[in-house]
Parts: sequence; structure tokens; C-alpha cells
Amino acid sequence: MATPTHLLKDELDIVIPTIRNLDFLEMWRPFLQPYHLIIVQDGDPTKTIKVPEGFDYELYNRNDINRMLGPRSNCISFKDSACRCFGYMVSKKKYIFTIDDDCFVAQDPSGKLVNALEQHIKNLLCPSTPFFFNTLYDPFREGADFVRGYPFSLREGVPTAVSHGLWLNIPDYDAPTQLVKPLERNTRYVDAVLTIPKGTLFPMCGMNLAFDRDLIGPAMYFGLMGDGQPIGRYDDMWAGWCIKVICDHLGLGVKTGLPYIYHSKASNPFVNLRKEYKGIFWQEEIIPFFQAAVLPKDCTTVQACYIELSKQVKDKLGKVDPYFDKLADAMVTWIEAWDELNPSGPGAKIAK
Amino acid sequence: MSNATIDDSEVDIVIAAINPDLKSFLNEWRPIISQFHLIIVKDPDMKQELQIPEGFNADVFTKADITRKVGSSTSIVFSGYSCRYFGYLVSRKKYIISIDDDCTPARDSNGDLVDVVAQHIANLKTPATPFFFNTLYDPFRKGADFVRGYPFSLRSGVTCGLSCGLWLNLADLDAPTQALKPEQRNSRYVDAVMTVPVRALLPVSGVNIAFDREVVGPALFPALRLAGEGKFRWETMEDIWCGMCVKVVCDHLGLGVKTGMPYVWRKDRGDAVQSLKKEWEGVKLMEEVVPFFQSVRLPRSAVTAEDCVVSMAKTVKEELGKVDPMFARASDAMAEWVKLWKSVGSSSSEA
Repeated sequence: MATPTHLLKDELDIVIPTIRNLDFLEMWRPFLQPYHLIIVQDGDPTKTIKVPEGFDYELYNRNDINRMLGPRSNCISFKDSACRCFGYMVSKKKYIFTIDDDCFVAQDPSGKLVNALEQHIKNLLCPSTPFFFNTLYDPFREGADFVRGYPFSLREGVPTAVSHGLWLNIPDYDAPTQLVKPLERNTRYVDAVLTIPKGTLFPMCGMNLAFDRDLIGPAMYFGLMGDGQPIGRYDDMWAGWCIKVICDHLGLGVKTGLPYIYHSKASNPFVNLRKEYKGIFWQEEIIPFFQAAVLPKDCTTVQACYIELSKQVKDKLGKVDPYFDKLADAMVTWIEAWDELNPSGPGAKIAK
Repeated sequence: MSNATIDDSEVDIVIAAINPDLKSFLNEWRPIISQFHLIIVKDPDMKQELQIPEGFNADVFTKADITRKVGSSTSIVFSGYSCRYFGYLVSRKKYIISIDDDCTPARDSNGDLVDVVAQHIANLKTPATPFFFNTLYDPFRKGADFVRGYPFSLRSGVTCGLSCGLWLNLADLDAPTQALKPEQRNSRYVDAVMTVPVRALLPVSGVNIAFDREVVGPALFPALRLAGEGKFRWETMEDIWCGMCVKVVCDHLGLGVKTGMPYVWRKDRGDAVQSLKKEWEGVKLMEEVVPFFQSVRLPRSAVTAEDCVVSMAKTVKEELGKVDPMFARASDAMAEWVKLWKSVGSSSSEA
């Protein structure tokens, strides 16, 4: 295998939430070793997480989170991979790549190993096209272009804030679907990256995700999940709806498609059902809320958009369940914590 | 590949004959289309006789047939690529598949011939999901499903009105783009079908499309004619124009539009640099056209495709008519088309 080029190695952090070990990194070594890791250790802080030799990392457990955020630490979930967003907050880099510890390197149809991080970086470094759908998908990919009829004035595109990757093998299904189709595996390698159009929401999965922290970081809050919370497995979903509304408002792009990773572990559908149960009902209210959410023109920073969104959450979703009241407060706490840890740097810039 | 069963009697394949010699075209498609009824419409501008091989169940329509059926209409011109719309008008089937006569069957990544008919019909017969994006693309394909976080109330989907296919080899690029990259060919086979989300507009290419005539038939029409319109795709905008209309109509009526597979193989043809002068007009027009379609709203009272087209024709005249007389003519053609559809094209379409 040719030596991979390690683009942006001083500008990107890899955030990994874990409770057990990071053995999976061995397989990723050729692609990820030059990058700095931020490990967020969930669960029992007295446990020692073994990091494979040769990786440069910082590790935070619950005690660190509590110490660093003080009373604001209540916005960071416990006993749920949602705690990973703490890693986004403490990073000092421009880009974040986050991956789950049961995700391995995938192979493309030719058998070649997929360098997922390299593809995410390509996605983030070239523009998105949210205002008009290109039928040949990402026009900036080699061998592709804008099709006949695509207006020239829209061909410059907009900055890409988020790159959402996919998964082969165990698909990211909800519990009911897992129960009905326990043996289904995703074997279809779809060789496309595309921009999700403006005004369209999507289910954002946090397993294989990259984003520009400067452009959208403060909106990547993964909500209140896990211990003491009525819901789980909606952390990335919640962040995905928030970031999409904000990206649409600020004129930023969200891409989905390549790269693929190989998802190895099937979680227990009965455990998942308990976690998701309320979410399945609540999402019927949540989705129309986000679809209708309008942010005022004077919200020109991510933080301003996010605070405004939290007000609307309290206002409109508070009546669905008191959980949303708490969540709205946590959203504000998150921004306060973010701003304190990131005083003048990334995330505080005025967006276009 | 697809689970949908095709009833041969539900499908018409409509071919606009821009080239007189259809022998190699039809012979290459024979394995895939021979069991279906073909409607071949000869470009009225063509002087030569059409050459059609044996063994097809085909009805051929010429200039004389067109004139007899629709009279000498002043606003609708069925020439060049637009002659296919006459085929749509006279068809009595539920589904129409239309492919340019410079395309041949493509092969997928396994080397198998792509059955364009089976895939288009599968796309049209399974629901579309325009209200929320599924990251695993078409959830109704075998081996796929809705992902975690997809609201359950949106999982039954809506009727798919239009299926937009793609092209390997010569992609449907405009003349400036192709002229800049003369060697570029599309070799990427993307194994996906997806619904284009509601309110998202797209350039619909007429090179390889299929639609449910019963629900959107009236919304596919020959209306926008460039002054320098020619016999190469990059010298036309007629499909792009009606594609925008169809998307607006589908969004309004709660129908879906899918894009992606099936692929056809599009042969090298024409010289983009030569066409540049003619097609520049179309490229400039899109700058006016896109903002218009992004903001057009149809009245609640418009509940059929016909109603929608009538309303849109009025708005086109009011808002774009003053920008360029081409739009005023397009508006007239749209209004005329609905009348024609009602009188000639009516029988199998339901409101």
C-alpha cells in the first residue's frame, strides 16, 4: 500500500468516546497515527483505557469533565457516547473527525482499504452545493462536474461544515427495524458524496463524522442522554437537526455519502428499544419543529443561532415533555461552557 | 435487481427519432425492450426515411400524423427532441420510459446489462420519500431500509411521479463544461436511487427518464424553445424547463421525484465547441429561471397536474414574460399543451 498522505495533521483532532479499549485503532494506524487523539472516557473513571503505542493523545474521564466544567458539567451526558461532544469543546483544532470504537477500515469494491479520514478531509475542503441538486452528485469530485442546466451563478458553492460518512456491514437501524431484520447487513458501496439540499433534514449518525469546528463546532452538542435521562440513541440525531437548521441559515453545506467504515458491532436491539422508546414518539413532534424553525436575520454566529434555537426548543417542545425544558437549559449551558473554553478562537467567528 | 413486477401492458417506450437510422439503436436495446410497445416519433424536420428493424411492436408517428392530430398549433413546436412529447400525448399507458436515440444499454459494475425498464418501473412503483432524507438512499431497495432517526410517520412515502436516470460515458453536461474538458467521460457507476427532497430543484435530463403518465403526464411538455435550438442535447433546454415545472408540480401535489439508477451508455456525439455559441443562450436563461422556480407558489385549489400547469403558465407569463419573449411563448405553449392533453391525451389519465 502506498504511504498515505496525512493532510491537515496539525489542524485536525480525532475524538473517540470509549468505555473499554481502543484496540480498533491498530487497524487504523496507517491512516490515523499522525493525528492527535482526544479520548473521552465514559463510565467508570477509575478504569484505565489502554491506548495503542505510538498514538499522541489526551484523555478525559468523568472526573476531568467535572473538574474542568464545574457546575456546567451537567450538560455533558454520562454513560452514553454523547459525552464525546466534550472532546469537540476542548479541542483547539479547526477540524474534528469522530469515530466509534467498533468501527474498522472498510474496503471499496476493488478491495482497496478506504482511508476514511482522507475522504472526509476532501469533502470538507471542497465546497457544497445546497441550493440546487446536481444529478451527478458532488461536482467537485474527480471525473464529475455540474450537469447541463445547473446555473453558473451557483457553481462556486458554499463552505462545507459537515461531512457525514456511512457504514458497511451493521447498518445504523433503530431498534424496531433491528428486531425485524436482525440479519440485514449493508453490503452496498455507493460511490457518491452529495450535498444535502437546503431545507432538508436528515438523520445524522455520529459513528463516522467530520466537521469544521470553526464553522459549526458550537452547534455540535450531543444533548442529554444516558444516565438519569429518559432517552438514549438520539444524541447525534439531535445534533444533526440543530446543525442542519443552522447551516441552512448561515449558508453552509452538509455532505453525506463516502467515506464508508466497517461497522462491526451489532448492539442489542432490546437494550436499544428501551433507550429509543420515547424518542420514537417524540421525534414525531421534534421533526416538524425543526422543519418549521426559522432563525432571525440578526443571528449571524453559530452561538447566537444555537441560543435562539434553545429558546424555541423551550417554547415549543417544552410542552411535549419536561425533558425538553432541561435540554434547552443544557443547550445554553453548553454554549457558556464552549465560550469559556474557547474565548476568542474557533467558533466565535462571525459567519458569512 | 428489482422486486416490482412489470405488466408489459402498463408501459410505453417513447423514442424521439432524431437520427433516421434506428437499426443499431433498436437492435442494441432489443433484449430489454422488445416485449414492450414502442412509440417512435420522427422529428418533423427530418427529410430521410426512418429505418426500423423487424420484430418490434412499434407505432411510428411522422409529421403528417402530428399535424392531423393536433392541427397546426402556433405555440407548440414538436420538432427536434420535442417530438417525443407527441408520443406522450398519444400514449395510453400508465408508465412511459423515454430514452435519447444516441444511447445504448449500459453495463453495471458486475458487467451485466442494465435493464433500464425494470429499474425505472421499480423506481416508479415504490414510494418516494421527499420529506426527510434517508442516508441509505432508497429505503425500499433490497438490502436497505430507513435509518435510525427517520420518523416513522414518514416511512410509507408518497407516489413517485418521475424517475430520472443517469448516463455513463458522455454525461449530460452543458456545452461550456464539455468544451473545457473534452476528454472527460463519466465512468462512475453509482449504485443508488434516491428521492430528491421536497423544495429541492434539479436539472432533469430528458436523455433517460420515466414517469407515471397518469399523475404527471400534463406536466411534461415542449414549451421552452431556444432561438438556436439544435439537434444536440447541449443545444436545448426544453427538458430542463419542464423538469423544473414537474418538480414544482410534484412538490405541490405531494408526489416524489427519484434520481440515480438506471444508467444508459451515451455515445460520443457532436462538438461542444461548435455548440457553444448556440447553447450560451440556454445557460444565461437558467439564471432567471432558477430563482423563479424557487419562489413560485401554486394555489391550494390546484389539485391536478393540469391545474398546476395552467396556474404556472400564467405566472410564467406575468413574471418572466417581460424578461424575454421566449418565456411568453413558453407560457402560451404550456397553456396550449393542457388543452391538447385534455382533448387528445385524456383517456387513461385520472385526476
